[in-house]
Amino acid sequence: MAIVVKIPTQLRAATGGASSASVDGGTVGEVLDALYEQFGELRERIADDGGLRRFVNVYIGGEDIRFLDGLETPVSDGDEVTILPAVAGG
Amino acid sequence: MPPESLTCKECKTTYPLDASYVCERCFGPLEVAYASRAGADPEEYRRRIQAGPHSIWRYRDFLPLEGAPKHGTLPAGWTPLLRADRLAERLGLREVWIKNDAANPTHSFKDRVASVALARARELGYEVFACASTGNLANAVAAHASAAGLDSYVFIPADLEEQKILATGVYDTTIVAIRGNYDDVNRVCTEVSGERRWAFANINFRPYYAEGSKTLAYEIAEQLGWQVPDRIVGPIASGSLFTKIARGFEEWIELGLVEGSVPTMNGAQAEGCSPVAAAFAANHDICKPVKPDTIAKSLAIGNPADGPYALELARRTGGAIDAVSDEEIVAGIRLLAETTGIFTETAGGVTTAVLAKLAERGEIDPAERVVAVITGEGLKTLDVVRGSFETVEIDASYDAFEARIESAPAAPTPVAA
Repeated sequence: MAIVVKIPTQLRAATGGASSASVDGGTVGEVLDALYEQFGELRERIADDGGLRRFVNVYIGGEDIRFLDGLETPVSDGDEVTILPAVAGG
Repeated sequence: MPPESLTCKECKTTYPLDASYVCERCFGPLEVAYASRAGADPEEYRRRIQAGPHSIWRYRDFLPLEGAPKHGTLPAGWTPLLRADRLAERLGLREVWIKNDAANPTHSFKDRVASVALARARELGYEVFACASTGNLANAVAAHASAAGLDSYVFIPADLEEQKILATGVYDTTIVAIRGNYDDVNRVCTEVSGERRWAFANINFRPYYAEGSKTLAYEIAEQLGWQVPDRIVGPIASGSLFTKIARGFEEWIELGLVEGSVPTMNGAQAEGCSPVAAAFAANHDICKPVKPDTIAKSLAIGNPADGPYALELARRTGGAIDAVSDEEIVAGIRLLAETTGIFTETAGGVTTAVLAKLAERGEIDPAERVVAVITGEGLKTLDVVRGSFETVEIDASYDAFEARIESAPAAPTPVAA
């Protein structure tokens, strides 16, 4: 299933400048794993012990995955996953 | 000592002093690092401060600018520090001070941070100033941009208090009201800031913006006669203000401008949005985001960026982070007004209510010197005090007045010449 992942500016050095990527996966975790397959450098930047680093926010259709089932949250065809820095605002 | 770099708080990678806020290696927050002050003469700094203007710019040696801030901007800071003996008496404490940051150009502490972000944005040649705001920052960004002749875009949750929207719109800014909560606003702005060459005060300029909050600590210390208070009680939304107040004291202690140690830091949140207080109570190092539901909209950040650092600070200084209910917030607003004459917005009600709670729990030694940081103005959140008092309405006659107001003392007898 094709899921579009939006890449923040700060990570585009690791994606060859691409601002989004299209990957397959049934959960957010699978989507991210597929993304790391495509862009190996991304894993060390945002992943941590099988989870995500604490200053990384991931959203599906605008909803923070921590309000859903985290990395286990199911995704379906056409969903948009957004990765953003968590250190903004206030 | 000039600013030297942006440094990641997590992995210590350094970056040039540009408009960036995120470590590309580990996604941690970037912070301004200054050249070492080792061996510096504190008296020289004291003289420079005392010769400076009555605004935050008297502390420019400690702010992240390369040159002098441009003139013509709205001077922020140098707000009153008032000894609140009647409040202290009510709480059974000996020495309580109120730092009244409602006395800023747009009536909140956000004038400090917006000023510093804007000054840096101008140094870097930015022409549009923007922010994600719960209201107070929108006021400040719009006002300071207009004063400097820059365009501005302020993004707010659509359900914000009307007073804050009106007090922002007058500055000829573009208000973008987003149908969602502050965390939605923040998410949209984070995306926008990646795509446009705009200076978002609290996103791509956040390292500079955050430094502005240190000036609260500097002023408190200077106004207390170059002394550090024993305890600070202040609000927590993102946690940036809370942690930077402590940083300000730390810098001056390291420099030798003041003696002592960082005050005990007490953070204040509203129960309807208390991710940091909840993590403190559960002894967690990170905050679980929440969906805010509180009258304290200026503190309604469900996903606080500096939450982990606020937790660490409260624990390190022997403080705490507490939450109070909406009823306690209104009671806090009333308590401050009735004992000091200062009318604060909901965030100040949160702070006052937490101060009262700490006093009631006996956590404050009566000998302590306590400073409560009141960050905003009551006229911006008028609706919450509606119904908390009664008006005596009468017909337009003396008799009607006498019939209603019975217990007045008799008029004084004229004294013969």
